[in-house]
Amino acid sequence: MQDLSFITSWIDNLLAQTLGLPGWLTVTVECVLVGLVLLLAYALLALFYIYFERKVCAAFQCRLGPNRVGPFGLLQSFADMFKMLIKEIIPLNNIDKFLFGLAPFLVIVASMLAFAVLPWGKGLQVIDFNIGIFFLLATSSIGVLGILLAGWSSNNKFTLIGALRSGAQMVSYEISISLCVITMVCFAGTMSVTGIVEAQADGRWFILTGHVPAIIAFLVYIVAGTAETNRGPFDLPEAESELTAGYHTEYSGMHFGFFYLAEYLNLFIIGGVAALLFFGGWQPLYIPGWDGFNDIMANWIPSPVWFLAKAVIITFVMIWFKWTFPRLRIDQLLSFEWKYLMPVCLVNLVLMVIVITTNFHF
Amino acid sequence: MANIQEIVAAKFPEVEITQGETVEFTVPDAKWHDLATMLRHELGFDNLTALIGMDWGELLGVVYYLTNTQTYEVIRVKVTTADRVKPFIHSITDLYKVAGIYEREVYDFYGIKFIGNPDMRRLFLRNDWVGYPFRKDYDANPEINPVRLDHEEVEDTTVSYEEENGKIVKKEHVIFRPEEFVVNIGPQHPATHGVLRLRTAVEGETVTKIDLYLGYIHRGIEKLCESVTYPQTLHYTDRLDYLSAMINRHGLCLCIEKAMGLEIPRRAQVIRVMMDELMRISSHLFAIGTFCMDLGATTMLFYPLRERETILDILERTTGARMTFNYNCIGGVIADLHPDFQSDVKKLLEIMPGAIKEYNKIFTGNVIANNRMCGVGVLTEDAAKDYNCTGPVGRAAGWAYDVRKAHPYGIYNELDFNAVVRTGGDSMDRFKARIAEMEESCKILAQLVDNIPDGDYCAKVPKIIKLPAGHWFQQVEAARGAFGVYIESDGGQQPLRVKFNSPGFCLAGALDHLVSGQKIADLITIGGSLDYVVPDIDR
Repeated sequence: MQDLSFITSWIDNLLAQTLGLPGWLTVTVECVLVGLVLLLAYALLALFYIYFERKVCAAFQCRLGPNRVGPFGLLQSFADMFKMLIKEIIPLNNIDKFLFGLAPFLVIVASMLAFAVLPWGKGLQVIDFNIGIFFLLATSSIGVLGILLAGWSSNNKFTLIGALRSGAQMVSYEISISLCVITMVCFAGTMSVTGIVEAQADGRWFILTGHVPAIIAFLVYIVAGTAETNRGPFDLPEAESELTAGYHTEYSGMHFGFFYLAEYLNLFIIGGVAALLFFGGWQPLYIPGWDGFNDIMANWIPSPVWFLAKAVIITFVMIWFKWTFPRLRIDQLLSFEWKYLMPVCLVNLVLMVIVITTNFHF
Repeated sequence: MANIQEIVAAKFPEVEITQGETVEFTVPDAKWHDLATMLRHELGFDNLTALIGMDWGELLGVVYYLTNTQTYEVIRVKVTTADRVKPFIHSITDLYKVAGIYEREVYDFYGIKFIGNPDMRRLFLRNDWVGYPFRKDYDANPEINPVRLDHEEVEDTTVSYEEENGKIVKKEHVIFRPEEFVVNIGPQHPATHGVLRLRTAVEGETVTKIDLYLGYIHRGIEKLCESVTYPQTLHYTDRLDYLSAMINRHGLCLCIEKAMGLEIPRRAQVIRVMMDELMRISSHLFAIGTFCMDLGATTMLFYPLRERETILDILERTTGARMTFNYNCIGGVIADLHPDFQSDVKKLLEIMPGAIKEYNKIFTGNVIANNRMCGVGVLTEDAAKDYNCTGPVGRAAGWAYDVRKAHPYGIYNELDFNAVVRTGGDSMDRFKARIAEMEESCKILAQLVDNIPDGDYCAKVPKIIKLPAGHWFQQVEAARGAFGVYIESDGGQQPLRVKFNSPGFCLAGALDHLVSGQKIADLITIGGSLDYVVPDIDR
């Protein structure tokens, strides 16, 4: 598998040696470049997801989905993006203007920070430090703050109810997610994202080697992740038929666009982390004994493709949830977390520890 | 029949008893509440089917239609008052819950104040409206009631009129205290199925009280009917409950034909029944689809809509329209069937069983759906009668009242079908009742599709239609319940009074009873399962 870090080191060489820039300027230019690439990836992924979800749900609902703008409607989400960008942001009276303006940025910053530690490909992390997965958990929970502020600062009863629901929901399901992650961190023995991926080389994906506890952790993680991203059947904070649009009812233009983007990117992050923890991150498909096959998988398909493909397949399942199930009620939602998911997670953590200590894994 | 008349005559000698279409009691207001108590508790008339305000020129009054839910016997009670300045009639809200909202409507239109009704505000019109529009001496001058562009101030208090020591006292009541958190659900809201406004007091996620605020799509259809000829009244019915447009219009046609004593050709009757059942299936499909969407299962909206399209295509081929069909007319139907009608219906009957199986597979067995619907919004059988909740809602509660069985019209008495009755009365039962009713409707269609007799599709009707002086009441089973039409005529070309007794109105009236104490999400579930249509409520 090709190490893609040659690109980054080439740029570093170009700046520092060929152009002879001082150290601080090199770092600054590199940071700007990384930021631009991440922003671009962020925007493109969101556009892809908007198109993807619309097509998938259209297929479920006996419809065609977008098919007018560009071939197969491929340019539809670009058109939507431009529409969103040039829309007016309607100023409101009687709101807390500062917090109202701040909220969408908090939400989007939370998901962007999480992007920094995702294992995009071999040698393609932005920052690779020893508590990567912990950093990811910590940053992704900033998002709930943005949602709470959005709901509260709008000075609207619907948004307030939506924000309170969202707060209750995200804080609760965060526990399950964290416990699932802890379970897998125990198994990997490291919190470093690269370390976790490297441990799954040669087809030793954790979902296979960790067997029962890993599968339980994966199932719980997918359910809790769906709840964490406020998507159906857990989309109570923005339950359309109850609260019109929940916490972002009062937002317009690009402010609303940020919430919209963040929702899809959070979906991708949940899928990406699931791919990282359970399906080997960017590690290719490996079948012992099939050397030719393994060679093609590893050397002909670049590592970012593997990561993106795994994340998209997992998110497809979550999109499938959304367009199939009805919504839960708030009390059912909370009792589901506190009475079922969290105890299961705790027991599963103990189970995982037993599996590790008895070496009863592959 | 004679029995009731004797009992009433013995106890209330001042009651005038006449025998018309039904037994009619004319009772002075002073004795009315006592008579109503006896009718309700001793004679088994436990359902207030209709409450109709009337203005006879000299007299103002109210006409009540009461039904005995055991024998389906209907009686008519007339209470009048000669005082046009301060008309008072005793309320029967304490006996029949549905009277509360009915009496508010009468107050709004006729200015009759009901002694004992706890909530005497206007219902449809703005609270700054001048005059009572259904009175015959009402001045419709636009300078008195201009089109107001200013915001209507919502009042948080209501008044009631109580009788104390022989004097009528006005009392004020508070609806929402200042400290209550009132959320305005509607009139623009995705889940109120139209411009219905519910002022909802919530405590956290729990709904404590609902104040129904109607009138956003009130078009004064009944008032309009008074100024047009009988054939012209017909097209208004398509605009009441637009999802069962055919059935509403069937009801009005039946009522006029009954008054004229017109004989309807057999072919027209069969066509009407088939159209009614197609309409019912399409309405129920839409009802379950939107209900599921309210619960968040968006995909489940599209599956029933797919079959509904097939039905609308069938109706469109014959009538030329997909929503306001204008198909029934006095004497029959306005045009003959499309040549492909029978084959189209057969195709529909082939796909329906599979489609219903699919709905059950996607939705009915789903754990989340069961948790959301089972035990939510339980309506007991007694409450259904009390609130006059007919149709699938009433039958899901165990009240086996189907107008097609209780008072058969058209050719329904020759057909083999069941009135679907369930016992739970919760949202799930209402959902399942609708699915079962679609199956029954398919059964009716299957019996008729090959047996459409030849002949005229419309009877010979005089060019100018005049009804004799008198009054008629006709109920039909619309998709949402018993749809009643009341016509009173003074012998002219235009009706003196037309009243559409719509099922959705009573369903909306039961909302507060069903939702109080439940969660906000349950409000949506219950609203969706009641499946009211707002133009039907507001008229």
